[in-house]
Amino acid sequence: MRFQFTQEQQRFREEVSAFLRQEMSPEYETVYGTFSEEKYWFGRALARKLADRGWLTIGWPREYGGGGKTFLEQSILDEQIGYQRVQRVGITGLNFAGPAIIKFGTEEQKKRYLPPIARGDVEYCQGFTEPNAGSDLASLQMRAERDGDDYVLNGSKMFTSYYAHADYIYLLARTDPDAPKHRGISLFIVEMNAPGISTRPLPYINGEVAAQTFFDSVRIPRSSLVGEENQGWYHAMTTLDYERVGLERYARVRRTFDDFVNFCRDAASNGKSLGHSPLVRHKLAELKVGMEGWGLLCWKVAWMQSQGEVPNAEASIAFLYGTQQRLRFAQAAMEILGQRGTLTPESELAPIQGAIEGVSRESLHLHGAGTLEIHRNIIAQRGLGLPR
Amino acid sequence: MDLALTQGQEMLRRSAREFLEAECPTTLVRELEVSDIGYSSELWGRMAGLGWLGLALPVEHGGEGGNLIDQLVLAEEVGRALLPSPLLTSSILCGQLILKAGNSSQLSGFLPNLAQGKTIMSLALSEASGDFNPGQVSAVASPRDDGYAVSGAKTFVPYAVSADFFICVARNGDSQGLTLAIIEANSPRVTVTPLKSIANFSQAQVEFRDATVPRENILGVAGSGGKSLLQALEWATLVQCGEMVGRAQKILEMVVDYSKSRIQFGRPIGTFQAIQHQCADLRVAVDVAQTLTYRAACSLIEGLPCSEEIAIAKAAADEVSRLSTVTGHGIYAGISYTVEHDMQLYSARNKLAEANLGNTVYHIDRIARLMGL
Repeated sequence: MRFQFTQEQQRFREEVSAFLRQEMSPEYETVYGTFSEEKYWFGRALARKLADRGWLTIGWPREYGGGGKTFLEQSILDEQIGYQRVQRVGITGLNFAGPAIIKFGTEEQKKRYLPPIARGDVEYCQGFTEPNAGSDLASLQMRAERDGDDYVLNGSKMFTSYYAHADYIYLLARTDPDAPKHRGISLFIVEMNAPGISTRPLPYINGEVAAQTFFDSVRIPRSSLVGEENQGWYHAMTTLDYERVGLERYARVRRTFDDFVNFCRDAASNGKSLGHSPLVRHKLAELKVGMEGWGLLCWKVAWMQSQGEVPNAEASIAFLYGTQQRLRFAQAAMEILGQRGTLTPESELAPIQGAIEGVSRESLHLHGAGTLEIHRNIIAQRGLGLPR
Repeated sequence: MDLALTQGQEMLRRSAREFLEAECPTTLVRELEVSDIGYSSELWGRMAGLGWLGLALPVEHGGEGGNLIDQLVLAEEVGRALLPSPLLTSSILCGQLILKAGNSSQLSGFLPNLAQGKTIMSLALSEASGDFNPGQVSAVASPRDDGYAVSGAKTFVPYAVSADFFICVARNGDSQGLTLAIIEANSPRVTVTPLKSIANFSQAQVEFRDATVPRENILGVAGSGGKSLLQALEWATLVQCGEMVGRAQKILEMVVDYSKSRIQFGRPIGTFQAIQHQCADLRVAVDVAQTLTYRAACSLIEGLPCSEEIAIAKAAADEVSRLSTVTGHGIYAGISYTVEHDMQLYSARNKLAEANLGNTVYHIDRIARLMGL
């Protein structure tokens, strides 16, 4: 057993870290809740530079523009991007649409869609959730009806992150309304500028702006279908585990935690550093246990994927635990900071760039890749074999 | 990165589980709770025969030459079987302490006997306050012509009634330095008084009154034992974590099985999300504690700085231990409140382990200090 990276991986990690440090400057750091067009396009430019070095898709197979390395190398990149607060771009393409096309796409789809993703030239958004299909995602109602050589889409999707910059939407729609709910769904890639698509902005409490996306008789060619018709649910689920690894999410929180510990160690409060308060020491030490545990769970999932295993319950374990630790950290840090914690990232007086106020808003994102209850169901039913 | 066990470790796990399921059923655990020495000397002999007592001791000193991961694999099985024995205190803690601090004649004099189970040793460290921090030691080793005389009262000494030797941690005269003195248990200057403890766990107060220690029974250099002591304690702490993880995992398996078969409201209670989510939370906590323990052990094996990782592992092991206790009693409910149900055997040992080798408060404080707070 060995937790250390190989020398080559360690070298890669150091190279990525040094490169990002050199490219990044504080005004481009995406501290929680500070999004802007400038940061977004800075992120796009940086993604292209990562692609030039062969790093952006280092874990993809070589024949599709990847680096031919494993999931661990891809995760090392994610970790560094998160820790150095780079504005993330292109993740739906890199993590979901791309891997799904690699696995289920036709040769033509691979040639058409994969190279732009690997070059960092394209943005995708995701269309899974609907107004009436959240935790019960498989009950989604958006229709894709066959009409000659086309499909016609009608319905709407919720929580479309990155919609404003997206070239494509990667979505699930119902192709067989008479089949059992999981077996009548198909996976599509649709151009966002297709006639009949409209959006309603949906600002989030962390400062990001997503959208509700409406499809009004949107006509798409048959070649938009990824994989088999009516197998979309299963295709999508096999690529969802990536979202649950969450090393980038972990590293982003870990950076703020590390900054906060340094702040408490150094910052004078009533003539003493906060780090002398027994209560503060106790809280921070307890949080450290959770942070270290969370990081290891993420690496464990990444390692399993690098071994070709499908980390089902393990991915939910990492996701559930991580969401809990982020919340615990945000709550404890807000308690420790008191009124200073009410200053937003825009305030010059806000401690550590206002990251605590930001993370306390983002920590209410308790539902990524499924609510906590859905993750517990997965762990109990698929991990422990408890009956449905 | 390679998070898998080796084939040999998987084999050790399987054979240990088979052996303990056959030889250490909970009926035996119950019998031993009311025995004089608290363990089975017959089973102890067989453990020696299996190479368990010297598992991670060097081959040249009668051990099996295994590493700490091997030791953790065995510890998880020992934890799930509730196996009562002086394995942790004698073979592991005292064995590692001698290995780290001892000179060549002490290594060859004590380690083979520990590995064969012929000698039982126990560490006499904590005093009346129960404070685990070696800095709190007030027992004193005073120089005499031909060696030392040790005086002091040690309160929490495991398996003291069975020990042939104690390794007593004492201040070196007036100095702050710690001396590790090997003292024969049957000396008239040593008094052992058993303590009434949870599940009749064998621990005792041991009083040393001017107990003479020949120079050759001082481990390492008098007054400089602190570092080796800390290293041996850290090693043993991880083994304790492994035992706790194994027990929590067993409790999880027990309540999952029970939830599948227990029918209320016309259906297995395991179909209720209220039950499923408790099981899921316990599974998460088991994974966290296990991964933190293995990571710290790997760091220790590779010689990386790992004191903080070890303290973190024990804090997480304490957490899963407490959670498994309440999840177990909560799901089994009424029946587990009875003495005849086995759940109480697990929760009693959980409590002992949470207090052993530094409780949560000790380790959380240690983490804070190592974080520079």
